[in-house]
Amino acid sequence: MEAFGLLLHGFQVLLTFKTLLLMLVGLVLGIFVGVLPGLGGPNGVAILLPLTFTMDPTSAIVMLSCIYWGALFGGAITSILFNIPGEAWSVATTFDGYPMAQQGHAAEALTAAFTSSFIGSLVAVLLITFLAPGIASFALRFGPPEFFAVYLLTFCSFVGLGREDKHKTIISMALGLLLAGIGMDTVSGQLRMTFGSNELLRGINFLVAVIGLFGISEILLTMEERLALRGHAAKISLRVVWSVWKDLPKYWVTLLRSSAIGCWLGITPGGAIAASFMGYNLAKRFSKDKDSFGKGRIEGVFAPETAAHASGTAALLPMLALGIPGSGTAAILLGGLMVWGLNPGPLLFVEHKDFVWGLIASMYLGNIVGLVIVLSTVPLFAAVLRVPFAAIAPMIVVSCAVGAYAIQNAMFDIWLMLGFGVVGYVFKKIGIPLAPFTLALVLGNRAEDSFRLSMIGAEGDMRVFWSNGLVGSITTLAIVLLFWPLIAGGFARLRGKPAKPAIGEPE
Amino acid sequence: MADPEPEIVVDDPTAPASDSPAVTGTRTVGMVTCLLLLAFSALMAWDNWRTGITWAFDGPKAGYFPFYLSVILGAASLYGFFKSFLDKASAGDSFVTSDQLRRVLQVFIPTFLFCLITQWLGLYVASFLLVAGFMRYIGRIAWWKSLLTSFIFTLAMFVTFELAFDVLMPKGPIEALFGR
Repeated sequence: MEAFGLLLHGFQVLLTFKTLLLMLVGLVLGIFVGVLPGLGGPNGVAILLPLTFTMDPTSAIVMLSCIYWGALFGGAITSILFNIPGEAWSVATTFDGYPMAQQGHAAEALTAAFTSSFIGSLVAVLLITFLAPGIASFALRFGPPEFFAVYLLTFCSFVGLGREDKHKTIISMALGLLLAGIGMDTVSGQLRMTFGSNELLRGINFLVAVIGLFGISEILLTMEERLALRGHAAKISLRVVWSVWKDLPKYWVTLLRSSAIGCWLGITPGGAIAASFMGYNLAKRFSKDKDSFGKGRIEGVFAPETAAHASGTAALLPMLALGIPGSGTAAILLGGLMVWGLNPGPLLFVEHKDFVWGLIASMYLGNIVGLVIVLSTVPLFAAVLRVPFAAIAPMIVVSCAVGAYAIQNAMFDIWLMLGFGVVGYVFKKIGIPLAPFTLALVLGNRAEDSFRLSMIGAEGDMRVFWSNGLVGSITTLAIVLLFWPLIAGGFARLRGKPAKPAIGEPE
Repeated sequence: MADPEPEIVVDDPTAPASDSPAVTGTRTVGMVTCLLLLAFSALMAWDNWRTGITWAFDGPKAGYFPFYLSVILGAASLYGFFKSFLDKASAGDSFVTSDQLRRVLQVFIPTFLFCLITQWLGLYVASFLLVAGFMRYIGRIAWWKSLLTSFIFTLAMFVTFELAFDVLMPKGPIEALFGR
């Protein structure tokens, strides 16, 4: 019940005119970001981050997280009306959403998508409300060895559980960790890898890299494709909303299953993309009428949208409680925390109650308001796509540059952003995943610091990572996950069966 | 049920043709990237070796972690290089076709120029030139529309960042005339 009281306090923080206004602005901007080609959740949040530099942290996080909710809602609009997934996590929504629009049921499909998004995030927010404080207070007992073990677990699970080629994940992660180390070493104060350059002294800022990797490279990739689109206009009437909502109880199993999948994959570094596919595939597998999937079945919209939203929201749980982001966007919000002068980690729950509970309360309110906004303004946002890309592309470039410059007031960062844009473009095309890179870049220094602090505490004895049950089991789990493909392969061979492909795979 | 006529149609007359010849293959780019990463990791390893990669009495020195990360990066790149090298099956996969490259350069070159102009003339001038120029020359949108859109956009950015949110951008001689 303590969580409930704190949540009420959060609503008190939230319910001021200024915060509510910022919330609305954030949601509308977020929906734009989700609808526009060449902009997605992570880079949308990264580009708009500078707007928040002069705000107090609570207003800032409310606005940024609302941009994120908006982007999650917006992705569904283009998937259903135009068969163009605005975001990777809405690919699975096109499977049944677009056929529904073709059959003249666009309004139903959109209502289903928005409603299930809402349900998915509501489940995840409930989880955060009641689980995060517990995890944070448990983590308060963590010392440097425990923190290092948790970081190690995060990195190892990326390598072991990721579906990309292992060497590509390792390249991406090692490069990120290496770049994170550039500049002044925080433990000894020594300079490293700066090659005498004053610009590199500051180190490579994580947000600059993200803006380049996701913003600039995404525009380059978008230009490669055919930008023509044909789609349906849709207007959602109250009657349609009511008819979809009336049928909701029939699909409670699908909704619940997808929410659970989403929450799980959001907390572990599986991400919203895997969650949406897995939600869709499982709904199909358990359905009595498998063949009707892909031909405009409303369940085929419910399942992936619920999972994607649940996962996107649940990704904030480890970020809030442990300071470890569960997704790219969560990583950027974490970068934001540092810019606003907050120290991510379990202490947030003790030292910045207003901030944490304001954020959690904004998740509830933001999703309700977001649902109302998207339901009532779909035609407006669909019309945004009529604006030619030749006008949108340069504006995105300018916004990226503004974002990159504002972080440290450095012209060098604009060039760095351009460089990362090219790197991101090449990496995406040759299949090197960018998520491990961003994670490594944002966590690299913290991981190294905690390792070296544990070493100072233990006088250089590596056994400190197995010194008690807690840290020992996390470290062991990390190593098991790192070698998970080998272990799973070994088990499969023992039973004489080939290893099964992961269920998250699109079929 | 019949497919209702699409209500929103946007065309892309300069779209890359699907039969445009490939400029280079994914395998080649993969190999080149791995070699570049290998060279980068060697450079980093050397610099960290200078910084000190041994253990002091209180744990690793500043270069210890980055040194071994460079080694891991180098090893993974080397593996990636040979994997692509031996993977003859995917040799035909296109990395970028000439039409696609043309379109990518259409964005990349203006972006590069934009960064250059930002350095000399300030961000807002560069922003105005980029948006107007891009809309006019790449998008073939009418002059007055391009200039007007660009002016409104730049002004909106200026008001939002400089005036409303106090986020200062690099300025050049033209902004100085206005006393900013």
